[in-house]
Amino acid sequence: MSEIIFTEGNFEAEALKGDMPVLVDFYADWCGPCKMQGPIIEELAKDMAGKSKVGKLNIDQNSAIAEKFGVMSIPTIILFKNGEVKKTFVGLQGKDGLKAELEKLM
Amino acid sequence: MKYDVIIIGGGPAGLTTAIYCLRRELKVLMIAKALGGQAVIAHEIQNWPGIETIGGFELMQHFEQHAKSWGLEIKSSEAIAVEKSETGLTVRTNSDSYETESIILSFGLTPRDLGVPGEKEFIGRGVSYCATCDGPLFKDKTVAVIGGGNSALEAAEYLSRLAKKVYLVSNSCKSDADEATVKEVAKMKEVEALCGYLTTEIAGDNKVTGIKLKDADTAEVKELAIDGVFIEIGFMPKSGWLKGAVDMTDRGEIKTDRLCQTSAPGIFAAGDCTDLGYKQVVIAAGEGAKAALSAYKFIAAKRGLAYRPDYGEKIK
Repeated sequence: MSEIIFTEGNFEAEALKGDMPVLVDFYADWCGPCKMQGPIIEELAKDMAGKSKVGKLNIDQNSAIAEKFGVMSIPTIILFKNGEVKKTFVGLQGKDGLKAELEKLM
Repeated sequence: MKYDVIIIGGGPAGLTTAIYCLRRELKVLMIAKALGGQAVIAHEIQNWPGIETIGGFELMQHFEQHAKSWGLEIKSSEAIAVEKSETGLTVRTNSDSYETESIILSFGLTPRDLGVPGEKEFIGRGVSYCATCDGPLFKDKTVAVIGGGNSALEAAEYLSRLAKKVYLVSNSCKSDADEATVKEVAKMKEVEALCGYLTTEIAGDNKVTGIKLKDADTAEVKELAIDGVFIEIGFMPKSGWLKGAVDMTDRGEIKTDRLCQTSAPGIFAAGDCTDLGYKQVVIAAGEGAKAALSAYKFIAAKRGLAYRPDYGEKIK
């Protein structure tokens, strides 16, 4: 399974429903570190296929969701489970650390 | 399984070192959270020889593709310790450990912390170290930029186009920035410069609401109501984890000689994390090449092989 593109339209269904852990990378096209984070998230999505949902959300196009979760720095990565925020990372993250945290939620 | 070289960090120095090591057919692992380094943030790079102007991100993509074309193995992680092992060296991350003959440190620089109460708590909640990343999230808000150098002034200039009001707070009234930038920022009506003030605290509830400043002369304290604070007081190597493993300057820069050797046999360093006085992409790349050749020479000597340099004569 490749990464999910989260939007205001699918966020409720894709990120907040279901019992798999979910990882959302809040990013924007203007942000350099976000561009470095992007390929890491794509790889992680492949590694975690079938075990958790991994994807990204463009905060420029989906500002209401970014605002709802208080995103004031990007990249911000939020892990959800059963519709609840479980962990928030601010700034560039390695794949290993994210994977370990997702595994803790399984 | 044992590597010949483990490269820690994936910016210009690390990726160049990787290309050189792989072309020497060494077994290489790169440990880096992500690739590209600080150069990615540079809007335009106009001093990379051979290309008049290129975006920082684009240039680093070329570096990355070049290293990957030689089969670079990358671990997206963070090194937390380097130790001597029975036959060589060990690099640890939070989840794994790797054996290697040699190590090349090329992890660059990280934004410097202010080190005041509230800073850590509010990272991502109004405290930012990257104006170009987070500036657009403070549209029509009131922000402060802390710092007096070029990066602080450039941040203030950039933020003035987005925010309602920008306070530029610096310890000293003598700016280290370029005169042209100082003059330009002085003209901007959205920017209010407050020089001679120490930032003593970042205050907030669930996000930043203000900063406390102390007048450097009179010790008088005042508070500014702001929505965000951008800390632009320079960069430093995140090298605390290497304490005891290699010698460093008091600023945490790794001491190297002209051949990129550190104080520890088998450990080399290149680029912005070293004590070399210049921080440039072209210099980091050149240093990366040197570190790779030094590591190669070290491994050849350990294996009793003759080291054959590119320029002719054999060195024993």
